[in-house]
Amino acid sequence: MGEFKINKTFGEINKKIQDGSVVVLTAEEMIGATKELGPIEAARKVDVVTTGTFGIMCSSGAFLNFGHSKPRIKANKVFINGVEAYAGIAAVDCYLGAAQTRQDDPLNKVFPGRFRYGGGHVIEDLVSGKQVRLEALAYGTDCYPNLRHEADMGLKDFPDAWLLNPRNGYQNYNCAVNLSKRTIYTYMGVLRPDCTNANYSTSSQLSPLLNDPFYRTIGLGTRIFLGGGIGYVIGNGTQHNPKVKRSENGVVMGGAGTLSVKGDLKHMSPKYLRGASLAGYGCSLNVGIGVPIPILNEEMAMFTSVSDDDILAPIVDYGLDYPQGTGAPLGYVSYAQLKTGEMDFNGQKVTTSPLASYSTALEIAEVLRDWIKSGRFLLGEPQDTLPSAPFGGFEMLK
Amino acid sequence: MTSKNILLIFKSNIMYKPVIYRLARDFELVFNILEAKILPRKEGRILLELRGSKDVIAEGIRFLEQNRVVVEPLSDKVWREEEKCVNCGACTGLCPTDALSIKRPEMTVLFDVEKCVACGMCGVVCPFGAMRDITLFDPFAEDRSNN
Repeated sequence: MGEFKINKTFGEINKKIQDGSVVVLTAEEMIGATKELGPIEAARKVDVVTTGTFGIMCSSGAFLNFGHSKPRIKANKVFINGVEAYAGIAAVDCYLGAAQTRQDDPLNKVFPGRFRYGGGHVIEDLVSGKQVRLEALAYGTDCYPNLRHEADMGLKDFPDAWLLNPRNGYQNYNCAVNLSKRTIYTYMGVLRPDCTNANYSTSSQLSPLLNDPFYRTIGLGTRIFLGGGIGYVIGNGTQHNPKVKRSENGVVMGGAGTLSVKGDLKHMSPKYLRGASLAGYGCSLNVGIGVPIPILNEEMAMFTSVSDDDILAPIVDYGLDYPQGTGAPLGYVSYAQLKTGEMDFNGQKVTTSPLASYSTALEIAEVLRDWIKSGRFLLGEPQDTLPSAPFGGFEMLK
Repeated sequence: MTSKNILLIFKSNIMYKPVIYRLARDFELVFNILEAKILPRKEGRILLELRGSKDVIAEGIRFLEQNRVVVEPLSDKVWREEEKCVNCGACTGLCPTDALSIKRPEMTVLFDVEKCVACGMCGVVCPFGAMRDITLFDPFAEDRSNN
């Protein structure tokens, strides 16, 4: 390191954002720019590359403080629109998980269950400006005598409401197939028997961590687009694993890095936070995330010009291997191939469909690009980096 | 040669009258029964694909209506709630007729009701409830005009 021809700092780029001279491209636009200019010129010219993703992210939820009632209550059970929120923290704080189902949901008793309303839907309702029904139950103490508190509340009535997601933005993910003999209903969608269809779920060349594969610029304190508002990376997500097998250019060949993020729910929008119902599986939340990547040097230009051809997804059997935690990937397929809608597998044609919205991911990258260009959004320099892996560098930069 | 999918409702007064075969005999239309349900003494419903020239299909439909068959375009029964769709594409791999397909390179999801056979799979698979559950064969179901 340190032998780069181009060397920029976060501070220098932020000055350019403030004086309006910053050059920002989306990760899709950067592919062409690097091809045309070469990595060194691209790094000289481009200051920031914006990424985006909009997919189902179950490890998400809202931290809510619903304010003190009169008389006061120390809630030990909280329900919002019938969905239980974890209340084992201070008096009127709770955490509403995206995957929590409604109290009276029939679940999978009639299979496949439809899971029409859960934590993710409550979050969507809140950011849509709808009123929700809060019910808090308590056992009563000398300092918090109230046993029951009910209220209809809108998002503005909560003193604090944060989106706080322990694991988002997986760096690459499986391509799910089903080799069993029956249709299965999974978090990777509905999969027909005998490997008839395959589902995949990343925004590939637009995906945040696939554009900074060694987390050189993304870390604790990175300011991001989150659910239509502003949020922050607060560290690596759960299950973050930088040691996953990588191709020569550093691209991970399976689920690897993850992000933990936080943001003020009050500035978010239902356009980028959508409750989701997965038949046979459960409830979840579609989260929109966009991460700006500063082009500090030509290596970052190389990383951010990664394209669908370079990114491979492992093909995993959800009929037996995944549920049992056994087996190995059945093969690898590029996102360029997956996006055509068809792939070859064991000599037969398999229909491929996405679960994450590429068009919304692109929209997020464009919104973030425009925020930065307008001078309203400065880059946050990480105060701490995420656990990473060694990289020998790009041949063409040596 | 074009193809059109229509829902035919045979009310009890005509439900035992043979009319479908005349589409083939008199109009030389190719018909393909995609799904059918008979509620004895009440009514019968058939989801029918008609193949032929556009004009002849229109004539065939007029003939059915003259014979008191209620002909409903599928677009009143199956539709997408545009504001709920996030263009993810989850439905496209399970749609048997490509009525739901992806527009490339934008990767947005298109819905062509003319190709729909009302199998109902999209209603199950859409995480956002954008594709309404198919209720073609439920005489008590509300349709688009009630929504």
